[in-house]
Amino acid sequence: MEPIMALAIGLLYATAIFMMLRRSIVKLVIGLLLLSNGANLLIFTTAGMTRGAPPLIPEGAMQPLGEVADPLPQAVVLTAIVIAFGVLAFAVVLIRRAYEIVKADDLDKMKDTDT
Amino acid sequence: MRPEVALPVLLPLLSGTISLLFWRSRPMQRFVAVAGNVALLVVSLWLFIAVLSDGYVTMQMGSWPAPFGITLIADMLSAVMILLTGIIGLAMGIYSLASTGRGHEKFGYYPLMHLLLAGVAGAFLTGDIFNLYVWFEVMLVASFALLILGGERAQMEGAIKYVTLNLLASVIFLTAVGLLYGTVGTLNMADIALRLDAAEHSGMVEVLAVMFMVAFGIKAAAFPLFFWLPASYHTPPVAVSALFAGLLTKVGVYSLFRVFTLMFDQTMGYLQDIMLWGAVFTMVTGVLGAAAQYEFRRILSFHIVSQIGYMILGLALYTPLAIAGGVFAIMHNIVVKTNLFLISGITHRLQGTYQLKKMGGLYRERPWLAVAFFISAFSLAGIPPLSGFFAKFVLVRAGLEAEAYVATGIALAVGLMTLYSMVKIWNEVFWKALPEDNHVPASQTPVGDDGRLLKPSLWMMYLPVIVLAMMSLLIGIFAEPIMYVMTLIGDQLMTPSNYIEAVLGASTSAEAALLEPVELSSELAGDSLEEAP
Repeated sequence: MEPIMALAIGLLYATAIFMMLRRSIVKLVIGLLLLSNGANLLIFTTAGMTRGAPPLIPEGAMQPLGEVADPLPQAVVLTAIVIAFGVLAFAVVLIRRAYEIVKADDLDKMKDTDT
Repeated sequence: MRPEVALPVLLPLLSGTISLLFWRSRPMQRFVAVAGNVALLVVSLWLFIAVLSDGYVTMQMGSWPAPFGITLIADMLSAVMILLTGIIGLAMGIYSLASTGRGHEKFGYYPLMHLLLAGVAGAFLTGDIFNLYVWFEVMLVASFALLILGGERAQMEGAIKYVTLNLLASVIFLTAVGLLYGTVGTLNMADIALRLDAAEHSGMVEVLAVMFMVAFGIKAAAFPLFFWLPASYHTPPVAVSALFAGLLTKVGVYSLFRVFTLMFDQTMGYLQDIMLWGAVFTMVTGVLGAAAQYEFRRILSFHIVSQIGYMILGLALYTPLAIAGGVFAIMHNIVVKTNLFLISGITHRLQGTYQLKKMGGLYRERPWLAVAFFISAFSLAGIPPLSGFFAKFVLVRAGLEAEAYVATGIALAVGLMTLYSMVKIWNEVFWKALPEDNHVPASQTPVGDDGRLLKPSLWMMYLPVIVLAMMSLLIGIFAEPIMYVMTLIGDQLMTPSNYIEAVLGASTSAEAALLEPVELSSELAGDSLEEAP
């Protein structure tokens, strides 16, 4: 499973960077979205994947029997997903407003503040 | 249980919540903005005194023992940064009352300001690497919203660069955290430090160190990925610019200091040169960028970049003295840079523009404002006896001791270039006569950020400026006791074992933390099960 995940993550990062390097601001945001998804999958994978063993302690026992999945990266990924969701919602509103003002879906037309 | 560590985070969150509850009541929001930030300053003083007497103040969230729960820890560096956050927060609270237009106030300016302060304070105090990421995001989201309040074209264009680069940095940071957890199996920074020290030297640690360096480097606006800063910092309302200039990039620098002195100290031999030259290029490109500008806030934005170079130089030299100098530079820069932005806001109010060519004659009209600018600007350039001189003096001495002659020489030359930019502003804004084609007669038609006329309640804008200018002067005059605190910080950062002991407790350090993570977590799970009914 890990090699497939690694490939998928690599593909997500590569696609994301490619999209971010385009001139369109919509593609820029799609790139950001893919990038944060790639990062979430990466945390999930690097922490080790354990199938079919939820981190639950059976009744009466003091500790989980046998190997269980690590719950911490799952909590971390959940937090990261929520944060990415909020930030991307902001980014989408931002590009919409920017499009309304600049009237172009082109980063080359947004160079007024550069020097 | 030490409440003073948690309060600098909780208080701004509380003020922000109260502010949100009074969404429609502008006077109430303004009152909370000042009262909440006064409380924040008091609490940060409390924390500073506690840390000064005890060395480290820690608190485990939810009473979970150290490597499992989230730790809040204040060492001297955190305490100083929190104290500065309190000072700048209060200065901004007062300044915003006069400078922020009603349009901004109506759309949540004050709640966002409190949220930003909470994020900054959280980042300074947390002892958990993922929690640091969360506080970074809290800070970023608040700063995004503050940056585009008003919705002008320049703000949108600046915000797209700011948002993209900062999100990219966040993802790199998050990726590094994920890989780090996969490598060492813990998120507590002190615990990570222990395990990385115990781990045999592998290429993975260096890769992680570089990822953290890049992520925090972008957030600190270090070379080569600094260009989002000068593209965006001059666009929002001036109080927001000043708050960003004072605190945001410094959080990135703080994180660099924290991560590379605590967790990745063994990779410094490898990274030192990269960081040193990164610092040198940051200084040079920043100051050269400023030399080409003729807009007040753009010049100052480029100087933020240049000053970041000095701070990173302190870290890159990596001796206790250099670290002390770097932190001195951070402290001095927070006070002085914020003040310069505040002054640019007053001059904008007086003359209706940020373009240096269109301004003039303020020395004759507002001599005290000119004095405040003079102190801040020459402090930035490092003229004795002001605060900037001692920061630079310590850094240069550390550089010579470390035999980094080229970097030290460039640091001194950059100081000269800084002086050039500051003299340029002085000449154009204060010294020369007001040019004929400026249609805004001085001190007649003050204009708010939303372009409407405002009552000339300038004293609320002057008050923070004069206090901050006095602080810069006093830091210079009382450099000895401040240098004592800075030396303490340098020693603390260079002996991470004390920090680790403060977090994990003397008994659980070394041996216990090296136990297998699975065993430890199952023990803990057993304990908590026993307590449950």
